[in-house]
Amino acid sequence: MSYQQPKFRHPSLPVNDLGYTRADYEGAISTLCAGCGHDSISGSIVRACHELSLEPHKIAKLSGIGCSSKSPTYFLGKSHGFNSVHGRMPSVVTGAAMANRDLLYLGVSGDGDTASIGMGQFAHAIRRNLNMVYIVMNNGCYGLTKGQDSATADEGSASKKGDPNPFGAIDLPGLALQLGATFVARSFSGDKEQLVPLIKAAMSHRGFALIDVVSPCVTFNNNSASTKSYEFVREHAEATGTVDFVPMREEITTSYEPGHSQEVTMHDGSVLRLRKMAEDLDPFDRGSAMMALEASRSSGQILTGLIYMDKDSADLHEVLNTSRRPLNTLAEEDLCPGDKVLQNINQSLR
Amino acid sequence: MTHLWHVYCNVWDGLSAQELSNTVEPTDVKNPEYFHKVVDCQYACPAHTPVPEYIRLIAAQRYTDAYMINWESNVFPGVLGRTCDRPCEPACRRGRVEEEPVAICRLKRVAADNKDSIADRLPSIPTEKNGKRIALIGAGPASLTVARDLMPLGYSIDIFDNQFAGGGMMRSQIPSFRLPISVLDEEVNYILDMGVVTTFDTEITSLKSVLDQGYDAVFVGTGAPRGKLLNLPGLEEAGDSVHVGIEWLSSVAFEHVEKIGKKVLVLGGGNTAMDCCRTSRRLGGEDVRVVVRSPFADMKASPWEKEDAMHEGIPIYDNHVPKEIVVEDGVMKGMLFEKVEAHYDEDGKRSLLPTGEDLVFMEADDVLMAIGQENAFPWIERDIGIEFDKWDMPVVDKTTFQSTNEKVFFGGDAAFGPENVITAVAHGHQAAVSIDLFCRGESTQNRPAPFTNLVSQKMGIHEWSYANAVADDERYIVPLAPMDQALKNRMVEVELGFDTDTGFKEAERCLNCDVQTVFEESRCIECDACVDICPTDCITFTENGEEEELRTRLSAPARNLEQDLYVSETLPTGRVMVKDEDVCLHCGLCAERCPTTAWDMQKFLYNVTKAGQEVA
Repeated sequence: MSYQQPKFRHPSLPVNDLGYTRADYEGAISTLCAGCGHDSISGSIVRACHELSLEPHKIAKLSGIGCSSKSPTYFLGKSHGFNSVHGRMPSVVTGAAMANRDLLYLGVSGDGDTASIGMGQFAHAIRRNLNMVYIVMNNGCYGLTKGQDSATADEGSASKKGDPNPFGAIDLPGLALQLGATFVARSFSGDKEQLVPLIKAAMSHRGFALIDVVSPCVTFNNNSASTKSYEFVREHAEATGTVDFVPMREEITTSYEPGHSQEVTMHDGSVLRLRKMAEDLDPFDRGSAMMALEASRSSGQILTGLIYMDKDSADLHEVLNTSRRPLNTLAEEDLCPGDKVLQNINQSLR
Repeated sequence: MTHLWHVYCNVWDGLSAQELSNTVEPTDVKNPEYFHKVVDCQYACPAHTPVPEYIRLIAAQRYTDAYMINWESNVFPGVLGRTCDRPCEPACRRGRVEEEPVAICRLKRVAADNKDSIADRLPSIPTEKNGKRIALIGAGPASLTVARDLMPLGYSIDIFDNQFAGGGMMRSQIPSFRLPISVLDEEVNYILDMGVVTTFDTEITSLKSVLDQGYDAVFVGTGAPRGKLLNLPGLEEAGDSVHVGIEWLSSVAFEHVEKIGKKVLVLGGGNTAMDCCRTSRRLGGEDVRVVVRSPFADMKASPWEKEDAMHEGIPIYDNHVPKEIVVEDGVMKGMLFEKVEAHYDEDGKRSLLPTGEDLVFMEADDVLMAIGQENAFPWIERDIGIEFDKWDMPVVDKTTFQSTNEKVFFGGDAAFGPENVITAVAHGHQAAVSIDLFCRGESTQNRPAPFTNLVSQKMGIHEWSYANAVADDERYIVPLAPMDQALKNRMVEVELGFDTDTGFKEAERCLNCDVQTVFEESRCIECDACVDICPTDCITFTENGEEEELRTRLSAPARNLEQDLYVSETLPTGRVMVKDEDVCLHCGLCAERCPTTAWDMQKFLYNVTKAGQEVA
């Protein structure tokens, strides 16, 4: 059993704008089961952060409880981390974000942590459009407690134990759309070509960005009767289109036939290029996104890719007019501006 | 729009059907040479010694077992552990993932230094002979290897040499401060004691007379015995002050020469020059200089031999072309050299152009010329069926080592010119295979296949029978005897060898490249776990393509074209698994993280064909 990765890396690993290789964004060696989809998501997060040239100390990764929530240990070893109470990650992110808006908040949760115990927290974080990336590592079962069906397990799907699930599933993207989420996507752990650009786009989005990632549990839920197995997802995944993410500082060189692609400039200047989009989906129209989700679900498919994005999203900081500067940089003169200021305030209230 | 369509549409869009058919064929791992090539050290070794196998045994303190693996393969582990040209080390994968390769050569010596008696492990020699008589001319490493391989098969072997004991150039050319005589005697005697009939102190002057004695086969392993002198102005007048390097070294070895002048010039840039200058330092030379025509970097000597010489206070003057030997009143005063600069044309061809500076004079009491060796066969009659080429060298088959006289075989330096001990051993093994086939009346071209074996190293879940953790240690340095003592006496061995603790630590640096990553397509569920865990980004799942193009779009670019790509059959998603063998650490993490054991770590053992093996 290997307890750590060898320190040697490929001698010609690509270096990003900060001079870092992908290895600089890795974490400790995973202790999840071999073949766990979560590890692939961790790998995608590492790739996205490296390719975006993010400074590791400008990222905070937060999680709740569960297999998914263990995974932040396995990526971004040089970033801030907080492993919170079960289902309460959104509250901790809210507090952290209010105190310091300069960090990029990456919440990692699971289907249990989000759709069961943390449902209330999830709903309110969306409702407030908290500026964060919320990744759900969704395997449809409670892997850490021997694989019981979770709230996202599809009706009729059976895990290794063999009993079909009698209850309907909570569809997280559908729920998020209803609650007013400003960025909603779904992906699959086994498809990095799709997942990495989505993570990058979510990180550039201002406001709450949900990526529901189907992530097979090889130990308890990767059998033939499961709808969250590698095989089932590969056969039933239906992409809304292809998302290319072009960072702000990169010149756009590729050109595509008109009609095939659509470009969106994000608030940070980077560009999302959507190609081969499904004809019946307008990802900038909430109603259209909900229709597409429902249509896909009723035909037994799993809709993946970018489902909805509000280009003009106003996040919680804007709504509440919070401090631009991190609270820990505010000195006494900022917090106690003096008698004159107080008089002015009192005057304004008369 | 289903089935991961978006992944592929990008690639397929731009490709015509024709281009799609130009894809890399799945790797045939059943071809013994595929995995053999992954074991870089073994592949580079002329004798293909299973290096990682014996290094693991050294780590396990099983020195005798480690020695025997070497003895089977390279016959002279004690000698080679001190003096080998080590083609394995520049090839070592460790040198591609960090600075320095594993000290393979010095580990071999650890096995030799710490082994127990091997008397009971030597092959038994049949008392009843097979009736075939073989003559070996020259008792150097090539001939001794032939004897080692054929004696256990029941052959009667006569060996002839003009020196007083066996060993050939290992005895006459390698100085004692690099190779103690006791080590050489021990390993030569393991072979001679098998019952080889020796005729020493006897120069063979006619091959015909040997053939006339009715031998079933004759092996010529007489080396490249003739040194050269540069015909410079003043050479004749200088008389005894100018020596041929290899002749002088053997005179020292056989104690005909005991001292040399205080000022010595050694001409030449090969390993013989290094042995000459270091020996001179021990026989009274105080101002010893090596002077070489070429730039320092182009010198033929191994880097470590150059370092050892410079460490003993011997400067190396490069880019100096000898012009004249200066003799006054019948006494040699020194030499004149012209300074040159190396220029390389577009094809990389070098020319040495004079700088135009004045000639450089260097004083000398003695000059040693170590500028190359030649084969010479004045003792082989030209009418006995052995064809000679335009350079007056015998025509020898590169695989069978057979000459155009089917009874006569060549090996070692005598076959294709000066090489080294390990190459001579490799020749000896192959010549022995040929001689055995020939004496059994079979074709020497139809050679038995090498022995290979591939066995899983899995001991349990995530547990391997080899030390798969990769040690971070840098290469350990071999301790040396104090220089003042070493220079006083040419019999004092300079290198002390690793102690067993350091030997263990150095052995742990080995990456176990013979423990192969074996991939079984049918088990793979394409979960990417191996891709995510691989520390050196060796593994990619992608669409197949032309190799040149495929190499550019892997997890990390595969720019080392000498290293193969391991490509699987097409997987259910239409992709293939591509593994770049270049910097794989053989850490086993891909197999540990694989949920379906599609990856397994399997030890590949490869032994070259040996005499006596049946043709399959």
